[in-house]
Amino acid sequence: MSEATTLNSYRTGPDERGHFGIFGGRYVAETLMPLILELDQAYETAKADPAFQGELKALHATYTGRPSPLYFAERLSAHLGGAKIYLKREELNHTGSHKINNCLGQILLARRMGKTRIIAETGAGQHGVASATVCARFGYPCEVYMGATDVERQKPNVFRMELLGAEVHPVTSGNGTLKDAMNEAMRDWVTNVETTYYMIGTAAGPHPYPAMVRDFQSVIGNETREQIMAVEGRLPDLVIAAVGGGSNAIGIFHPFLDDPDVRIVGVEAGGHGMQVYNGHAASLNGGKPGVLHGNRTYLLQDDDGQILEGHSISAGLDYPGIGPEHSWLSDTGRVSYVPATDQEALDAFQTLTKVEGIIPALESAHAVAEAIKRAPQMGKDEIIVVNLSGRGDKDVFTVGKILGVDL
Amino acid sequence: MSSLPVTRIDARLAKLRDEGRAALVTFVTAGDPDTETSLSILKALPGAGADIIEFGMPFSDPMAEGPPIQAADIRALAAGQTMVKTLEQVRAFRAGDNETPIVLMGYYNPIYIYGVERFVADAKAAGVDGLIVVDLPPEEDEELCLPAIRAGISFIRLATPTSDEKRLPVLLKNSSGFVYYVSVLGVTGVKSAAAGDVAAAVARIKAHTPLPVMVGFGVKTGEQAAAIAAHADGVVVGSALVNAVRDSLVDGKATAATVKAVADLVADLSAGVRRGRS
Ligand SMILES: Cc1ncc(COP(=O)(O)O)c(C=O)c1O
Repeated sequence: MSEATTLNSYRTGPDERGHFGIFGGRYVAETLMPLILELDQAYETAKADPAFQGELKALHATYTGRPSPLYFAERLSAHLGGAKIYLKREELNHTGSHKINNCLGQILLARRMGKTRIIAETGAGQHGVASATVCARFGYPCEVYMGATDVERQKPNVFRMELLGAEVHPVTSGNGTLKDAMNEAMRDWVTNVETTYYMIGTAAGPHPYPAMVRDFQSVIGNETREQIMAVEGRLPDLVIAAVGGGSNAIGIFHPFLDDPDVRIVGVEAGGHGMQVYNGHAASLNGGKPGVLHGNRTYLLQDDDGQILEGHSISAGLDYPGIGPEHSWLSDTGRVSYVPATDQEALDAFQTLTKVEGIIPALESAHAVAEAIKRAPQMGKDEIIVVNLSGRGDKDVFTVGKILGVDL
Repeated sequence: MSSLPVTRIDARLAKLRDEGRAALVTFVTAGDPDTETSLSILKALPGAGADIIEFGMPFSDPMAEGPPIQAADIRALAAGQTMVKTLEQVRAFRAGDNETPIVLMGYYNPIYIYGVERFVADAKAAGVDGLIVVDLPPEEDEELCLPAIRAGISFIRLATPTSDEKRLPVLLKNSSGFVYYVSVLGVTGVKSAAAGDVAAAVARIKAHTPLPVMVGFGVKTGEQAAAIAAHADGVVVGSALVNAVRDSLVDGKATAATVKAVADLVADLSAGVRRGRS
């Protein structure tokens, strides 16, 4: 009786009120509602405007460096002795991750809406860097909220944002991670709603953000389809991506959702292990539905509905929620979501670096870890695509510290 | 109309209307700084001059609150406050006061997790009169607003400076009790509005509704309360009261001065509200 059996397509959501099944919606303070409705309108109009899409496409070609390559990881595949592993090289994008796909789309929208100031939240700093980058490119002031813990563990990105002219506000409330940064960004937004565009960095938040961010990130999956058809003449058997808020994952998943032969796996941050209370950031595997940051979705929370902080080695996955479309895809069974621990991610980080000469972001290393588990169980003629959402330069201090190397 | 049961909120506001004065609406956080002291504060509010009580349900992520109420929520949660305890406190208050309206204020998730039907039933039984849930706009009315109204609990909406002529009818549609006008853009406890702006905004809202309009955000003193009371049906004070709690603590713990600190400030605000229209 699962909903999945009655669906013709997994790609038609959300409904006009932003719901994916019971998930999504618009749970925000009244102050923001008129703007959220305006944003919804503005995005719908922009989406249908060939000039908007054309400008975005042209920028991607010459500024982002799209299409990003689909790379056959020959040595990793041989090393694991099973399926052929392809890496979708989002880490080669300008600014070093998939985050730029979304930021370019949103800055064009902010300009259309006549906003004069941009704010953003960031965890790993990749979205902050991408936001600061597009603001520099389009001449907008940019203020980024970042948890104080993350400011500490992602120092190189903090300096990059500052070089790009952004102001970084360390947030000390809570644990000083992504959730707290998002709270603080929302407080800024409520205060400055008339001038300010809130550039949310993941496929979460109130409608229309989850759908809009997904649309901007779907360039990843659309390219992957074409690229794998060109080299293999068929679709992959398995697509894997790491899931924080879920933007890189929904971006590569969405174009494959209606291909029943493509298995899809999202990898959550398993942290210290699923058995450790509040020791992971796996909202789907260890949380339950609730309402936070504008949407209903799976959340890490206690029995009284208070939100937990969670934990992950990677700042970009250290978030107690997940985009609402993933909650729906999980409940319908179309996508399976599994955890990878800090240690598994760290091992995958080192393996990919040594075997392929590619240093992945710790976030992306969670997806690589899942491929490392699965490839040996699969046949040599089977195909896995892993979304390599970002590069690991920002993580060398964190990894160095764990490996006992003082940089 | 006469067949509708008169709620405590309606009865209290009718009484104040007869007296020709504005209401003082006081906000404190349930469980701040601890369950026992919080109940003593709650019980002391009417005697000190509070006409309506907003009782905050603490939440880990109060996205529309500034530092004072964020800190109050953290104190309450650290002291072990839960939804069950908050409702128990309301029940204990009701045993001694069957007239002062209590409005629970907070965010949706703790209610959602408690269970909506269970929550409205238990809140009603405990003696709760109204709800203000910051992150439930009218677009999500099926969640809690309509079940609350069915259970006989008023659903009080926030109107803001962004509530234009198009938006006001939407947000007033399922509102009852009173309208809470958030007089500035922003979070609680930071900025305050100019009295002139408040007068214009109240008039604008009143063109759309017969409900009384209470005005809040940034009111800290009896003097400010008097200025707002001249233009509104009531004045809401929150951050200043939770700051009074904070300032009375020693090593984070309640002292003999805690309840009195809140009551003294309420008395000053109440005097201001009473002066407002004279
Ligand atoms: C490289 C990289 N991958 C993944 C993520 C997680 O975000 P999302 O789940 O939205 O892709 C981040 C977030 O900072 C990131 O920097």
